[in-house]
Amino acid sequence: MKNQQAANRPDNTAFTQQRLPAWQPMLSAHVVIPGFLLIGMAFIGIGVALYITSQNIQVLEADYTGTGQYTNCSECANMQTTPCICNVTFSLTTLFTAPVFLYYGLSNYYQNYRKYGVSRDDVQLWGDPTRSPADACAPYQYIDSKPIAPCGSIANSMFNDTFSLYQIINGTKKEVPLDGKGIAWWTDYNIKFRNPTQGSLQDAFNGTMKPVNWSKPAYELDLGDPNNNGFLNQDFLVWMRTAALPDFRKLYRRITGGDYALGLPPGDYVLQIEYNYAVKDFGRKKVVLSNVTWMGGKNEFLGIAYLVVGSLCIVMSVVMLVVYAKYKFADENA
Amino acid sequence: MTHSIDRLSCCFRRPETTGDSETTPLLRPPHQDREIPLPAALRHVFPNNAISVNAITPSHKQLMDRYPGNKIRTTKYTLLSFLPKNLFQQFYRLANIYFVFLVAINWFPQMEVFHREITMLPLLVVTVASSLKDALEDFRRYKFDRIVNYRAASVYDWKQQDFVLKRWKDVRVGDFVKVVCNEVIPADILLLNTSDPNGVCHLETANLDGETNLKQRQVVRGFAAPNCSFQPEHFSGTVVCEKPNKTLTHFKGYLAMPEKKKIGFGRESLLLRGCTVRNTDNAAGIVVYAGHETKAMLNNKGPRYKRSKLERKMNTDVLFCVGILFIMCLIGALGQYFWLGTFPSIPPFVPPDSNNVYIPPSLSGFYMFFTMIILLQVLIPISLYVSIELIKVGQVFFITNDVDLYDEETDSRVQCRALNITEDLGQIQYVFSDKTGTLTENKMVFRRCSIMGTEYCHKENALRLAALDEAESDEEDPAFPQKKVPSRLQFRKGKSGAALRRWNSARARIGVRGQAEVTLSPHSDVAFSSPLETDVAPDRRLQRITGDEAGQMEAWCRVSRINGGACYMDFFLALAICNTVVVSTAMHPRQRVTGPLNFSTTLKSLGHIQTLLKRLGSLSHVISSLHSISEKSSPTTPASPPSPAASGPAGDKEDMGGITDSGSLNTSLEDSEADLPPTEEAATERSTDPNSDGLCYEAESPDEAALVHAARAYGYTLLARTPDHVTIRLPQGSLLTFEILGTLAFNSVRKRMSVVVRHPVTNEVVIYTKGADSAIMERLAKSAENQPEENKRKRIAAKTQRHLHLYAKDGLRTLCIAKKVMSLQAYTDWLAVRQEAESAIDNREELLMETASHLETNLTLIGTTGIEDRLQEDVPATIASLRKAGIQVWVLTGDKQETAVNIAYSCRLLDQSDVVFTLSTASLDECNSFLDCTLEEVKRYGVQPPWQSGSRGPAFGLVLEGHTLGLLFEAGLQLRLLELSRHCRSVLCCRVTPLQKSAVVKLVRNKLKVMTLSIGDGANDVSMIQAADIGVGISGQEGMQAVMASDFAISHFKHLKKLLLVHGHWCYSRLASTVIYFFYKNVAYVNLLFWYQFFCGFSGTAMIDYWLLIFFNLLFTSVPPIVFGILDKDISAGTLLSLPELYKSGQNSEGYRHSTFWVALLDAFYQSLVCFFVPYLAYQDSDIDIYSFGTPMNTASLFTILLHLAIEIRTWTVVHWVVMVGSVLLYFIIALSYSALCIDCNPPSNPYWIMENQMADPVFYLVCILTTVLALLPRYTFRVLQGTLALSPLVRARQLDTLSPQVRESFIREWRSQEDASEAASDQVLSSPTGPGSPTEPTVDRGLSLHKDGNEDTEKPFSPGHRRSISTMTI
Repeated sequence: MKNQQAANRPDNTAFTQQRLPAWQPMLSAHVVIPGFLLIGMAFIGIGVALYITSQNIQVLEADYTGTGQYTNCSECANMQTTPCICNVTFSLTTLFTAPVFLYYGLSNYYQNYRKYGVSRDDVQLWGDPTRSPADACAPYQYIDSKPIAPCGSIANSMFNDTFSLYQIINGTKKEVPLDGKGIAWWTDYNIKFRNPTQGSLQDAFNGTMKPVNWSKPAYELDLGDPNNNGFLNQDFLVWMRTAALPDFRKLYRRITGGDYALGLPPGDYVLQIEYNYAVKDFGRKKVVLSNVTWMGGKNEFLGIAYLVVGSLCIVMSVVMLVVYAKYKFADENA
Repeated sequence: MTHSIDRLSCCFRRPETTGDSETTPLLRPPHQDREIPLPAALRHVFPNNAISVNAITPSHKQLMDRYPGNKIRTTKYTLLSFLPKNLFQQFYRLANIYFVFLVAINWFPQMEVFHREITMLPLLVVTVASSLKDALEDFRRYKFDRIVNYRAASVYDWKQQDFVLKRWKDVRVGDFVKVVCNEVIPADILLLNTSDPNGVCHLETANLDGETNLKQRQVVRGFAAPNCSFQPEHFSGTVVCEKPNKTLTHFKGYLAMPEKKKIGFGRESLLLRGCTVRNTDNAAGIVVYAGHETKAMLNNKGPRYKRSKLERKMNTDVLFCVGILFIMCLIGALGQYFWLGTFPSIPPFVPPDSNNVYIPPSLSGFYMFFTMIILLQVLIPISLYVSIELIKVGQVFFITNDVDLYDEETDSRVQCRALNITEDLGQIQYVFSDKTGTLTENKMVFRRCSIMGTEYCHKENALRLAALDEAESDEEDPAFPQKKVPSRLQFRKGKSGAALRRWNSARARIGVRGQAEVTLSPHSDVAFSSPLETDVAPDRRLQRITGDEAGQMEAWCRVSRINGGACYMDFFLALAICNTVVVSTAMHPRQRVTGPLNFSTTLKSLGHIQTLLKRLGSLSHVISSLHSISEKSSPTTPASPPSPAASGPAGDKEDMGGITDSGSLNTSLEDSEADLPPTEEAATERSTDPNSDGLCYEAESPDEAALVHAARAYGYTLLARTPDHVTIRLPQGSLLTFEILGTLAFNSVRKRMSVVVRHPVTNEVVIYTKGADSAIMERLAKSAENQPEENKRKRIAAKTQRHLHLYAKDGLRTLCIAKKVMSLQAYTDWLAVRQEAESAIDNREELLMETASHLETNLTLIGTTGIEDRLQEDVPATIASLRKAGIQVWVLTGDKQETAVNIAYSCRLLDQSDVVFTLSTASLDECNSFLDCTLEEVKRYGVQPPWQSGSRGPAFGLVLEGHTLGLLFEAGLQLRLLELSRHCRSVLCCRVTPLQKSAVVKLVRNKLKVMTLSIGDGANDVSMIQAADIGVGISGQEGMQAVMASDFAISHFKHLKKLLLVHGHWCYSRLASTVIYFFYKNVAYVNLLFWYQFFCGFSGTAMIDYWLLIFFNLLFTSVPPIVFGILDKDISAGTLLSLPELYKSGQNSEGYRHSTFWVALLDAFYQSLVCFFVPYLAYQDSDIDIYSFGTPMNTASLFTILLHLAIEIRTWTVVHWVVMVGSVLLYFIIALSYSALCIDCNPPSNPYWIMENQMADPVFYLVCILTTVLALLPRYTFRVLQGTLALSPLVRARQLDTLSPQVRESFIREWRSQEDASEAASDQVLSSPTGPGSPTEPTVDRGLSLHKDGNEDTEKPFSPGHRRSISTMTI
């Protein structure tokens, strides 16, 4: 009888009665002052470390678009002779410490343009050059109803300038060995991209067309290294990883071996560029030599930003102290 | 009995002769000319028996076949139709159309941003989720339908010539159906036969309207002789009735019999589907409406849908979002156009379209507009709507699970019937309350009466109730110090009058404990039969008079003459007879007593009287013989007690007044009882079973029950009632059976009811009428035969009027009792007219009303009764709290002014210190000048309403009469009235009709643009409940109509306090914060994509993987705000209850204003800028790829958005922690596994190993930390400053919450006292110049001032300056 009567009685639990034990943080000045101070200190510390690290990074940039100050490439920019070679010379006064990376950089180049970015076929790149490419590749999908391998705008517009670096020792050019291995992501090289496995690479690409802008088919990208061809060409992989921003650089080579394992010693250098890639109508291109640290390339922003925000927190804690004092004062008066 | 049937049937023949001249073309008897077209406005039902089936014409058969069967299908869908129908319904919603639009434009390759499948995902999720919900709900309905459809019903089968069991769904219109006791009625059935000799069937309509009292239904009058067994085969007529409609109160039609006879019937013959047959062995009838056409099904409406204020506001902000989206898309489009224009030739990264054609920049820009819509779609917070629905489900769960809002007595929780306006509870500014049943208990107690101008104040009864009360309530509300006075003392003083009356009406509490005790008695489940309410201690003086029965009997028998002696008997007979109370025995509450139980001897003795009377013809002889008979019968009566219970140990004391069966009063016993101390007396009463004779009364209104119980206390016991007879046991034990000639039912227009009986002795027709004083007083006999009579009448009327005033002032409900004697001939003449009216099809109601009022004239006033309607528990405290919370409380009641004002004082709606204006006039000019004067006066105290501004002037109260209100509305003076009312602290409208109630609510709601709440319990409050923003129904005694119409249903008025102050505040602040947060969240996140457009040539690229983008809203950041919206508690319930002022924040919409919205958007813009540009600057000029660039942004954004919420969350429970940490973990788990597993599953994007790569990079963490800190710094600082400066009361209250309970207590007390001090100070200032001294006894003062009020009402209807009553607060 009793139980029946109370059939509708709600459960008297902490949850249903909204009485769960709870932590009620009260945000008030005196509570947050230590927090602000702590964060401020930590940030300033990080900022200083970042700034110093960034300052230690050596960077050497050279714009070789051919318009502007580096006139030695202007011929190449204007004349459409192929191949056109131009040289960029520079001299180092101190050791350019290893690891030294050679980048090429493009400005105002929108690899992140949507239609450009989607114009690729990942399935094709996964080792099936003869399959009919995805529609996203259009109009770089077929030539004479033969599939283009690799298809799409990205592949079609692949950067094809080549660089070689020489140290001038007593008037003679000594080639600096450039390491082209491992410049692409390990996962790209080993997992995401594949070459067809059966037969020779050339056979596998039989029945496909090379992209319109390419001078040679995919299986002949690196004549020096047969393993660096097809879809697994390192430069191709680097290019296919589209850049996030219109001004970007991409890794070209690393200087790791031989006499240059410790870096580039002081001296005069010449960078020989095979100028193929036309950008002067919309942007610029440059070549960058840089060494990297744990935080990547040179970027002063992070360090400065940490310093600023850290100081801001310290200032905040002072403000809070003032507010707290004033508030307390007013409270006691009232 | 046969006589009456004959008479009825002969009367029914009459309209038939005039039938042809009626405006409605009536159907001719079907067998004559069946082929004439049947009027389309009426429904024709041909019986499903052999005669009819063989005779029916094909066209009529078609007609019959077209009537739907009794199978019901409340499901929305069938298996087949589910998919198309459900999809159609879903896409009907605006939000889904938006999704479809997005999917559609994503289908164009020019605008395609995401994969088509991805765009469809949100749509899919939303549709599938809703479909599942719909399907589940529908399945539940289907199962329920199945159970109902497969119930068994006894249906007549003409082939087998007998009733056979069929399923409900196989019942068809025209079938004869037999229902037995306690069976549920399968369809709407016209009652043709019952087992009851009087052709009555009793119904319980609880399934339909929740009313538990029994209703009588009557076999179609004059159709068949009730006693012979019903043969469906012999039924040859056609039923003609209205088309199916949903009005439960109206039903009319007629039976067209073959012999050209038409028999009218009405609602009283219709058995409604879903009701239960009670007290009747079996009943049979013909189905007129089946299945979905039954009135029950037509009235079955789904849940109501309302939009809350917050949602309305939110919708405008959604429109702002649309605007922002439009601007952003426009920027995207123009950006694309101009960006393309910056290139002299087409660069290699702008590919041509698939046909190798380059799109012109203008077209490309045009496409971009739509692309951007797809990309930035999240800006329109569709997820918000889904989340809000979920949040509200949670909020409703917590409201309904609140143990404080649970009522043990009725075992009912608070019901949330409207699921989507919980937050409106936190914004209420005006509360409109009904009085009866809402503020008061609506459990009536007979308190006093006045007979022939003599007042009997029933002090014994008052004493008894007081004693009961005192025993029950140890902890008294301190606001009622007068109750502390010992009852006896009070009683002694009370002889003078005022003090006692005060005592009676000002009770604030009801004895809960006492009631709980009583409910243990076996018949407690019967409505209105709890002894506490019904037991009456008779007035000793009155008892002595009524005890002199012989004299009364003698006088009464000379019924045609007015004689003082008989009116006492008349009075109590009227109380006992003039009602519709059904008698049942306590042991079997649902078994009606249809005849005297075992009084054959006494019954015979009364028959004896009659025969004697007839034979002797001389009254003096009659009386003496009557005496002898009653003396003769007296020894038999105690020996054969009226019911088994009376033979129990309590037999002697059963009637506590000491009425004995001997017919004369045992004075010594009475005296000894009276000498008992009151408490003891009460104790003995409670121990004895008051219903020891085993009778239970089931009344349609509690007043009636109270009156019948009162009559019983004086020995006039209603023993049995049938439609034709009513049996009363007189004090000395003899029985009197009246033949009931007619009952003129009560309704709110007539405000009276009458019962016409045949005097058992003189055979004259006696009419007993009871009703509101206004309804009775004007119908009294105007002139008498001689002057002394006339004078006497006038004197009595004047005295009674004075008593009426007195009662009303005490807050008692008054009823006048009157009587009329007429000759049989006059009655028969009237009856003829009446029956014509009854059988009329058109204007029947009006005709009936008119004929009724014809009869109820020339009445003789006998007396008046005062019934107390007690205040519910904690009503004054609740009203005080609501008022402190800034809520204006208006009371709208149909009661008369004095009663209403008195209740208003006792529930502290009006205070002694209030200046009360009363507007009660019939003249428009007076209204006008009243408004002028009062407005002027009010404005002298400042333009600001006093309770809102800091300075506290006097509080004003306004009392309005219903008819004056109507006048004001007609004259278009509403706005001025409104202006005045805004200056008044409380407004009381009395004598208002339901329509006026809703008009007042609408006026305030529409003109003042405020949030209104109506609370009521009865059918008369339905319109008001529907008119308000929130309707609250009290699930009390008056049925379920109010609850059905309401959005929330509570069981006591006091629950309103927690519902509004706590749940309302919580729901509002939670939802407001959540909505703002959702806007912020969407803008903050989607703007990341927008900023990126400036760096990707406005091409609509997203730097975040599409799946993570979708999951961000769907998974990673969806649960915490929902939990926040359900669980966050800014201030504890205790603090909210003790500081009602905190409610004002919700009223002022402080949680969600347009400014709040814009601040949130600004913050969102700032945060998105930080979240975008910190990573941008950090990765500038590097070799980072698109998705690696997006990952730190996404992560930082997640942290920012979640930590933003963390700043907003005010109470962290386990759930919060779990959800917050869970969301972050979920993000990392999904992002990591997605980038680990997805090699090329999502072709254009390239997520493979991105997350892992990033998480191995220290810069990623550095960027995320910096971004998050910088993004949250402003808001955090703002909140800290807010918390430190504590400018708003909400923040101060939150600070209180963190203190220990003791400290909090003292702080709250301090807070309180500060406000009270300022209040008191202003009061004193006011009282010194105008107050009438400083009376020490508040009750006296109140009584006096009121009294003055009352007098002025009658003498000078308008003089506002004088009507003020100002006094000081002395408590």
